[in-house]
Amino acid sequence: MPKTKLCDFSISYMQVLDENGVVDTDLEPSLSKEQLVELYRHMQWGRITDERMLKLQRQGRIGTFGPSIGQEAAHCASMFCMRDDDWFVGCFREHGARLMRGESLVKQLNYFNGYTEGNIGGNPRNLPISVIVGAQSLHAVGLAYASKLKGEDSVAIVYQGDGATSQGDFHEALNFASVWNVPVIFLVQNNQWAISVPREKQTKSKSIAQKAIAYEMHGIQVDGNDPLAVYAATAEAAERARNGEGPTLIEAVTYRMMMHTTADDQYKYRTKEEEDSWKPKDPLIRFKKYMEDKGFWDNKAEEKLQAELKADCDAQVKEFESQPDFPRDVSFEHVFGTEHAVISEQKVEFDQELEEENDA
Amino acid sequence: MPKLNMVQAVTLALEEQMTADESVVVLGEDVGVDGGVFRATEGLLEKFGEQRVIDTPLAESGIVGASIGMAMAGLKPVAEMQFSGFSYLSIPQLEGHASRMRARSMGQFTVPMVLRMPYGGGVRALEHHSESREVLYAHNPGLKVVIPSGPRNTRALLAAAIQDPDPVIFMEPKRSYRAFKEEVPADPETMEIGKCQVVQEGTDITVVAWGAMMHTTKKAVKQIEKERGISIELIDVLTISPLDSDTICESVRKTGRCAIIQEAARSFGPASEIIACINDKSLLYLEAPVQRVTGYDVVTPYFNRELDYMPTVGRISRGIIEAIDF
Repeated sequence: MPKTKLCDFSISYMQVLDENGVVDTDLEPSLSKEQLVELYRHMQWGRITDERMLKLQRQGRIGTFGPSIGQEAAHCASMFCMRDDDWFVGCFREHGARLMRGESLVKQLNYFNGYTEGNIGGNPRNLPISVIVGAQSLHAVGLAYASKLKGEDSVAIVYQGDGATSQGDFHEALNFASVWNVPVIFLVQNNQWAISVPREKQTKSKSIAQKAIAYEMHGIQVDGNDPLAVYAATAEAAERARNGEGPTLIEAVTYRMMMHTTADDQYKYRTKEEEDSWKPKDPLIRFKKYMEDKGFWDNKAEEKLQAELKADCDAQVKEFESQPDFPRDVSFEHVFGTEHAVISEQKVEFDQELEEENDA
Repeated sequence: MPKLNMVQAVTLALEEQMTADESVVVLGEDVGVDGGVFRATEGLLEKFGEQRVIDTPLAESGIVGASIGMAMAGLKPVAEMQFSGFSYLSIPQLEGHASRMRARSMGQFTVPMVLRMPYGGGVRALEHHSESREVLYAHNPGLKVVIPSGPRNTRALLAAAIQDPDPVIFMEPKRSYRAFKEEVPADPETMEIGKCQVVQEGTDITVVAWGAMMHTTKKAVKQIEKERGISIELIDVLTISPLDSDTICESVRKTGRCAIIQEAARSFGPASEIIACINDKSLLYLEAPVQRVTGYDVVTPYFNRELDYMPTVGRISRGIIEAIDF
């Protein structure tokens, strides 16, 4: 009996706006001037606040954090497709997208200053930052299952990096999502580095997008520094999800322009030359040029925007630093939703000990 | 109401809670068409449909991780682990997320899920099917660990676990699944999570047990009472965490003596924690050292040897008598 071909597979790559600002008009999403300006503003807000946080960390005014600089197109342009009633499930490198979901810079600063208060407020469908890599992919599947069961047309979008795609939970999430045919978008920001481990040591696969094939799921690789490609792919995925056509895996190829976190020195494992080679591909440069070519943007508009965003940033840093102290015994309030002697007795003990410490 | 065994009590509780609250969903491996490997979910698929009774892919972390998402979105998932020995694959999700989502979000998100799992030895099963590892879960702040001992408290505690606002690890002593039947009330009932139950009042010694050990301990208690003519107070722990140490310590203050019966390995087990609580609250009332009758600190042996390693009526009796005769 001869062997027969069971199936053929292929995986697409999409770029709409290249690094020189040249646009493929066939693939260009129809976004109004207002929308484009709004998206550009979100990306700039992510960049400016990220840069400020880096400075604050270096000055010891906040704790360790991982900058998202360079990846603004991958996370902001995908979030730009989503509705307020969609679920946002993040990890820790989609800073600009989180800010787009009604979360203030003050909140982010509180979080990175070591206070859970930074996790509350914002859109009630924003999950808090998930530090454990890849675990959150499964939460998105459960959220999407609930949407489907309740007959809502909301979608869950979950962000993870290239490192996460090696985790079992990520694969279990893809599998569950596909078997259950639930409305999830898995947005992988492939930024080439998982701390010191390069993409080619993370997986032997030619792309991360092709991992969708094994799960019978739509998968696509896009230029993750191209906001138009990211937008077009995510909009299509969201529409499919809302129509009951199930999950999508989007690999956004981008680059982590900075260190993994502020506790890391990236030059131990990669070169400055490599970083420099990505600089011309910066998503903000090409997006600005695209808008200028369309006549939607000029230096005057840019100066005005930069001044506005910087002033907002200054104001929020000031607000962050002038907040009254948060209560110290708050951890006892959120162990359980019901009263238990074990916790309430320890809270009394904690308060007494604090008092003793203060008196000493 | 007819007498039910423990498996039937699980099914009854699930059916009642799914009927009362349409946000309750059941998921796990083989829980649908097959009705679960122990038949605990039998009939639920026919009654509630495949949207609410979900046969999942074979992946424990996936089951728990997806349940966490469901729970955050307002569902009340009741997930089944086929055996507690397989649940360890889901510990990263339980420790990393289920237990702390309330704290992480300061109450904005909660995870009202139940993770049911048959645990414990004595059913002549393969490796990984006989362990008693309640402490793995009890040591995680934010998780509740409940272990029923009979059909009536199984039905009442499972109902309470499903209605509870927090993640509950519900460990079912599989050795007791079909070992005996008990009358359960016609109407749904709940028992409070976080409370021990004094199942028999007495004055000479406090005997503490939980899960499958309750059944064995009751036999030992009856035997000693008959032989020695003494009065034993018997406490069923029911909730391992958060532990109701007040009920136990109050009893010890009355009796002055205590024996704790634990199927799990000895070191760092619930018995150790109970003794520490007695030390904190009732030490000066003790007339004898607290006795522990426990499993040994060895890898659970295969089934032809397992009974030698578990507390038996004889070992339990000897432990109780040692505390009495000290």
